[in-house]
Amino acid sequence: MKDILTELEARRAEARAGGGARRVEGQHTKGKLTARERIELLLDEGSFEEFDMFVQHRCSDFGMEETRHPGDGVITGWGTVNGRQVYVFAQDFTVLGGSVSETHGAKICKIMDMAIQNGAPIIGLNDSGGARIQEGVGSLAAYGEIFQRNILASGVVPQISLIMGPCAGGAVYSPAMTDFIFMVKDSSYMFVTGPDVVKTVTNEQVSAEELGGAGTHTKRSSVADGAYDNDVELLAETRRLIDFLPLNNREKAPVRPFFDDPARVEASLDTLIPDNPNQPYDMKELITKVADEGDFFEIQRDFAGNIVTGFIRLEGQTVGVVANQPMVLAGCLDIDASRKAARFVRFCDAFEIPILTLVDVPGFLPGTAQEYGGVIKHGAKLLFAYGEATVPKVTVLTRKTYGGAYVVMSSKHLRGDFNYAWPTAEVAVMGAKGATEILYRSELGEPEKIAARVKDYEARFANPFVAAERGFIDEVIMPHSTRRRVARAFASLRGKRQQNPWKKHDNIPL
Amino acid sequence: MFKKILIANRGEIACRVIKTARKMGIATVAVYSDADRNALHVQMADEAVHIGPSPAAQSYIVIERIMAAVRATGADAVHPGYGFLSENRDFAAALEAAGVVFIGPPSGAIEAMGDKITSKKIAMEAGVSTVPGHMGLIADGDEAARIAGEIGYPVMIKASAGGGGKGMRIAWDEAEAREGFGASQREAAASFGDDRIFIEKFVTQPRHIEIQVLADGHGNCVYLHERECSIQRRNQKVIEEAPSPFLDEATRKAMGEQACALARAVGYTSAGTVEFIVDGSRNFYFLEMNTRLQVEHPVTELITGIDLVEQMIRVAAGEKLGFAQADLKINGWAMESRLYAEDPYRNFLPSIGRLTRYRPPMEGPGLRNDTGVYEGGEISMFYDPMIAKLCTWAPDRAEVIAGMATALDAFEVEGIGHNLPFVSAVMGHPRFQSGNITTAFIAEEYPDGFKGAVLSAAVLEQVAAAAAAMHRVAEIRRARISGTMDNHTRRVGDDWVVSLQGERLALTIAADKGGATVSIGGRALRVEGDWVPGQTLARMVVDGQPLVMKVGKVPMGFRLRLRGADLKVLVQTPRQAELAALMPEKQPTDTSRFLLCPMPGLVVSLAVAEGDEVQEGQALATVEAMKMENILRAGRSGVVGKVHARAGQSLRVDEVILEFA
Repeated sequence: MKDILTELEARRAEARAGGGARRVEGQHTKGKLTARERIELLLDEGSFEEFDMFVQHRCSDFGMEETRHPGDGVITGWGTVNGRQVYVFAQDFTVLGGSVSETHGAKICKIMDMAIQNGAPIIGLNDSGGARIQEGVGSLAAYGEIFQRNILASGVVPQISLIMGPCAGGAVYSPAMTDFIFMVKDSSYMFVTGPDVVKTVTNEQVSAEELGGAGTHTKRSSVADGAYDNDVELLAETRRLIDFLPLNNREKAPVRPFFDDPARVEASLDTLIPDNPNQPYDMKELITKVADEGDFFEIQRDFAGNIVTGFIRLEGQTVGVVANQPMVLAGCLDIDASRKAARFVRFCDAFEIPILTLVDVPGFLPGTAQEYGGVIKHGAKLLFAYGEATVPKVTVLTRKTYGGAYVVMSSKHLRGDFNYAWPTAEVAVMGAKGATEILYRSELGEPEKIAARVKDYEARFANPFVAAERGFIDEVIMPHSTRRRVARAFASLRGKRQQNPWKKHDNIPL
Repeated sequence: MFKKILIANRGEIACRVIKTARKMGIATVAVYSDADRNALHVQMADEAVHIGPSPAAQSYIVIERIMAAVRATGADAVHPGYGFLSENRDFAAALEAAGVVFIGPPSGAIEAMGDKITSKKIAMEAGVSTVPGHMGLIADGDEAARIAGEIGYPVMIKASAGGGGKGMRIAWDEAEAREGFGASQREAAASFGDDRIFIEKFVTQPRHIEIQVLADGHGNCVYLHERECSIQRRNQKVIEEAPSPFLDEATRKAMGEQACALARAVGYTSAGTVEFIVDGSRNFYFLEMNTRLQVEHPVTELITGIDLVEQMIRVAAGEKLGFAQADLKINGWAMESRLYAEDPYRNFLPSIGRLTRYRPPMEGPGLRNDTGVYEGGEISMFYDPMIAKLCTWAPDRAEVIAGMATALDAFEVEGIGHNLPFVSAVMGHPRFQSGNITTAFIAEEYPDGFKGAVLSAAVLEQVAAAAAAMHRVAEIRRARISGTMDNHTRRVGDDWVVSLQGERLALTIAADKGGATVSIGGRALRVEGDWVPGQTLARMVVDGQPLVMKVGKVPMGFRLRLRGADLKVLVQTPRQAELAALMPEKQPTDTSRFLLCPMPGLVVSLAVAEGDEVQEGQALATVEAMKMENILRAGRSGVVGKVHARAGQSLRVDEVILEFA
């Protein structure tokens, strides 16, 4: 008996050693932690339960029978984050470069199946050289099996991908289908084809970092939702994100004790809107002053800054925030902003996270770049996402809300539950100047007359009351009481049940 | 007594005058420009009159606008505050003509003291000590040496047309005087084409010490002792105190009596200040007289118990002073810190914008805060960027400094850059604490600018202990989230590693009902406090010592600001810390290769394109911020590499506009 126990320990030790001390050191030299170290930091201390520690590949081509490692380059299992269950897989770059074999893929699929069945998030730590060439089509099949599970898990349990090393070729499509992707600056990259192939095919000379580093994907491509300085910080912030998310689509967003008065008055919000209507202000100040404890987890901070998305808590419970940002492009909607916000709204709706929308939008960005780029269909994504969402929706109009963009931003017409306006709000088909120039085209040659018309239009329409008279605005509220009003609105919606007509699925304009 | 006073000023001083007027039962009128429509002084006054566009030159210093406001409101007296029209003779005369009382000195006294040369002459005649010097032409080195000998060494030999240190020499003996004269003359001729030279006493270890006087219209004049204002940055006072840590009773009396003599000589009434420069041997020399209320008057009020604004109003109304010189004692110690919207980390560049957070410490015995702003208000580019004047009072100097340090730690100002960390650092500076200061203190102690205070090992231990206790509270709360696995919840550990200011401290927390005992390397620190997550100010007590910190959140820890330091404090589990040590140190990008956007703004235009050769100082881009067009210039010569920004783009602070090849 004692010998058997000893053997188990020996086998475990072998598995835990991964690719050996030299490769572990190599990983450290590159500023990266090993897969096991990463799991340790991601999960609560001592909570990790490993599966398939002894799984080995079955390949015997190209001399592969000589290089077998227990675990086969990926560590899988489950554990807890602040006591809540999550499933995790972490590719081990020290073992065969973390390459994906049939058995490697099967290990990942096993925990994905369990996560879907048991209703807990899947966190994937990607650090892999790609397909295990020696296994040929077997490796491709493994990817395919993972993709299929990503698709089935989508909208059932949250899926988070952490890119902590290379992630190239077909491998990128698994993270691509998860809910969030976070990267480590300088030590991770993602691309479909690498710099060498790019050079051969298109003659473009580009570094891996420039082609698919954290900067590229957080600022330009929007493939990634955020980036952090190093592994340790990324894992700590992932824990923070998980605290905001429900475990699955049958549960409400989590609640935790909070130390902030839901009725807290913020007198400074009464002066947030500048006297000059063309002067920007920082919408994030409103977000943090409404949020519990000023805590805001921003998603896609570095992309499409004209719209802000992220999570806050109100009375301890997660709320998704979508807000126009007047500091960037005057807060207008464009292709990038619409896509970014639409995806965020759909995530919230899929996981029963209530949505707070803060609106100051002058309209859609005009121009050929936008029209040629298909702003019609991209803009429709956000409109569609809001209209189909059945979670509690509370909207606050702070200033401009003009034209079609007014309708898009969680208006009453898209089943907004509470639509509040600040006294500074202007709900109108367009700005006063534009409107009068169309309505009084014949007077365009007479600047005084037009000026008088503009003044008249402003007096009549540049306010929230025309909309409030029709019930499109439920109530005009004082800016300083926004937190209290919004918190009460969501509290009153805790029992909300809304069902869309039965369908196989909708046909959102992708 | 007056029925209604108009305050021809703005900001904190307008608010301060309104407070006293209200206390005296006098109605108040505020005036305001466009930019000040929502200002605090407008909200505080009984009435407010709009006097024009934002620039002071079109509003606050337009005599006719103020006079119109006086007429419209029927005010029977005007308090000018400081700055603006406070020392404007024409304004005093216009009020006089309109039969409205000017709460300040007679216009003759303003005029007499308004000119440097005239005022020095009057002072000399009144028996006031002035800087000895020779204003006439000097023929040669021999004459220079003779004059210098009469004045007494050291002397300053200066070119009449001088400036920027050129043609300037300090001589400590006769030989140096001869040599210095020749050198200065040659340099002056070469630099300015004017070789006229004059000599005056060189004041060593100079301190700026001023005497507050108060005179009524009945021939009474008293001095309310001194204020020491030596802590200056480029001639702008930053910290003032009363009394001076340097004066003895005899010097104080001599200075006070000379100040009163000068006031009498010009028929002065109301409050005024006679400024002196004092050398290391307590010789004092007259500099100038300010014929108005000084910015730093609160420290005098705190040690004498006299409300100077009230006295100004009473004197203006014809009353006699209600006290004599013998009644004016120095009670304890007072200090003032001027908080300016100037970013010390960016070479004290003015920083304007919205005060997203403004929470001064609670006023009370020993703490006074004169301010003209409020949370959500705006620091405007049109005026002096002063945020507040924070004053503390205590029985002695050490206590007043300690009180100021704590008050500054508890003072929350966000949204703009400000000098609070710098002032805090000065409070902790041993030389400042010793009282051995001169007007060169800041230049000598911070020759390379300000980069944040470095905290002592003892304070770091306290901060680490407090941060660990706070972090533990936050982590326990995190573990109390809904949806945990019953019976398998997370247990928050007691061992932590705190990293701050380049140090790593391993510690163990033993928490109990009242707080926590934190063991660091065999020592135990007692931490108490009621901080809960989300609070931006932590008032902790560590080993019985108050530790007040501004708290921000960073991954795995806090951003803590206290005593002039801005610390990133990581609180990690031992395993986290062990693995974090493997992480590479991220080198900050070499910013000299980049043109960064200095403030959030909109790119109006780019003056250069990729491949352009540029010279140092050449305009590269124009960025509009707060409707001001700022021209950004090349910090070095070179070739423009990649241009990242484009016209019309909004940039955040420190975003890259272009890089050099």
